[in-house]
Amino acid sequence: MFTWLHKMGSPPVLYRFAERAAPWCKWAAFVLLAAGLVGGLVLSPPDYQQGDGFRIIYIHVPAAIMSLLVFGYMAVASATGLIWRLRMAHAVTAAAAPIGAAFTFLALVTGSLWGKPMWGTYWVWDARLTSELILLFIYLGYIAVVNAFPDQRTGDRAGAILALVGAVDIPIVHYSVQWWTTLHQGATLKLSGSSMATSMLWPLLTMMVAFLLYFCWLLSLRVRTEILHRERRATWVMRLAENGDS
Amino acid sequence: MHSFHDFLTMGGYAVYVWPAYAVALVVFVGSGWQSRRGLRRALSRAARRAREVSK
Amino acid sequence: MLRELLRRELLIAWRRPGEAMTPVVFFLVTSMLFPLGLSPDASMLRPLAPGIIWVVAFLAGMLGLQRLFRADYEDGTLEQLLLSPRPLTLIILVKAMGHWLVTGLPVVIGGAVVAAMLFVPARYIVTVVIGLLLGTPVLTLLGTMVAALTVSLRQASVLGPVLILPLVTPVLIFGAHSTTLAMQGQSPVQAFEALAAMLILSASLLPAASAVALRISHEG
Repeated sequence: MFTWLHKMGSPPVLYRFAERAAPWCKWAAFVLLAAGLVGGLVLSPPDYQQGDGFRIIYIHVPAAIMSLLVFGYMAVASATGLIWRLRMAHAVTAAAAPIGAAFTFLALVTGSLWGKPMWGTYWVWDARLTSELILLFIYLGYIAVVNAFPDQRTGDRAGAILALVGAVDIPIVHYSVQWWTTLHQGATLKLSGSSMATSMLWPLLTMMVAFLLYFCWLLSLRVRTEILHRERRATWVMRLAENGDS
Repeated sequence: MHSFHDFLTMGGYAVYVWPAYAVALVVFVGSGWQSRRGLRRALSRAARRAREVSK
Repeated sequence: MLRELLRRELLIAWRRPGEAMTPVVFFLVTSMLFPLGLSPDASMLRPLAPGIIWVVAFLAGMLGLQRLFRADYEDGTLEQLLLSPRPLTLIILVKAMGHWLVTGLPVVIGGAVVAAMLFVPARYIVTVVIGLLLGTPVLTLLGTMVAALTVSLRQASVLGPVLILPLVTPVLIFGAHSTTLAMQGQSPVQAFEALAAMLILSASLLPAASAVALRISHEG
């Protein structure tokens, strides 16, 4: 695995890998999205308490999970980039950030729309939504820092530090917000029972995997864009562009 | 299980469920399109630079 | 050498009292805006007091943060510090301590005054002081890291708060609610424990992170 990591540290190798992985991720994502949507919207029965309103979880929960997963991924990539001085690790982190922010935004909007019928207002200071909001600001902060430096390398590494501190902070934020909502007898958005019926669960799992694959596809696109920009003076890039890539 | 009408109205929750899915669609399609466009632009910029260098 | 560094920090602040006083004066003046803007009614201000105190204390704390490294960056002292044989982490810890003594500690004391202004019953004011005593150093440490990251940037003053505030929300939550709990007759100890834990975590990790950040920004 270590050799694989070092191989991926080479820009043309990473580029080719992303290029080749892209169609697989894209089509697998589409298939699973279709399956998940059919399962979630049509096949699964209405919830005991929330009726058909619960179906929002098929978007909300996968989006929330991805928002956290992507940040964790960014933290690991940042550490890798700092420790082994792999600028491709930083390229991947920068490529992933906007995608993570988009998932966070989606989690917030769908959470808000779920909250309205359940709690009566469009915004609800519940543990998950408030933590997601803070997470969104951390994402935006990272993007701002990386783009604030004229020197790419400095910006990357400054962002990496922020990503690492953010990663340690996010569980703390979540715990503190959870504590705060229990103080005020709030509740977190969840389904009526703690265990879900299988017919409700499999579309959820399918959607989670679908979202993950979609992230992989978007990442494969964005990391290639990052590489083309960062390595624009390299001969392999010029040759690639001349040969007219897909 | 339930009718097409039930599907559309989502048991009364349609005004929440469908906008949620609509936003998701916009985010997915939008991010996909924007990412693809970014890559295309980067490739054409690289091609232009390659042509200038080879002159 | 470290004691000298601390003395130097304090001496510089002493010679420029305006800079050092700004955060605490801001704290007092801005807190005053709340009764003016909301209501002079004690029953309205009292439940809001802990939140107001903490939010304004944090805003005040962020005012002085660019000072931390900017002056040194500009006159070359930073370069000397980076070349020093002493571990940079320790140097930064001392600088942060100096900064807190000058800007944070007055806010802790000012917090007691503001609490009284906002009708917090006298016997709960001590919870405000303890909370701020535990929480303001965490803000200083986080601010040190963000200042280290942004020292070479021109727009740092705008970016700094944007970066710090999301990270510092747990401190705000536990700090403000320690007093709220006390005022409701419950024990604030759990909140204090959380604050103390965050202080220990910050003090052990953030100076090292700031040292790395400082080297990164300085190379750039």
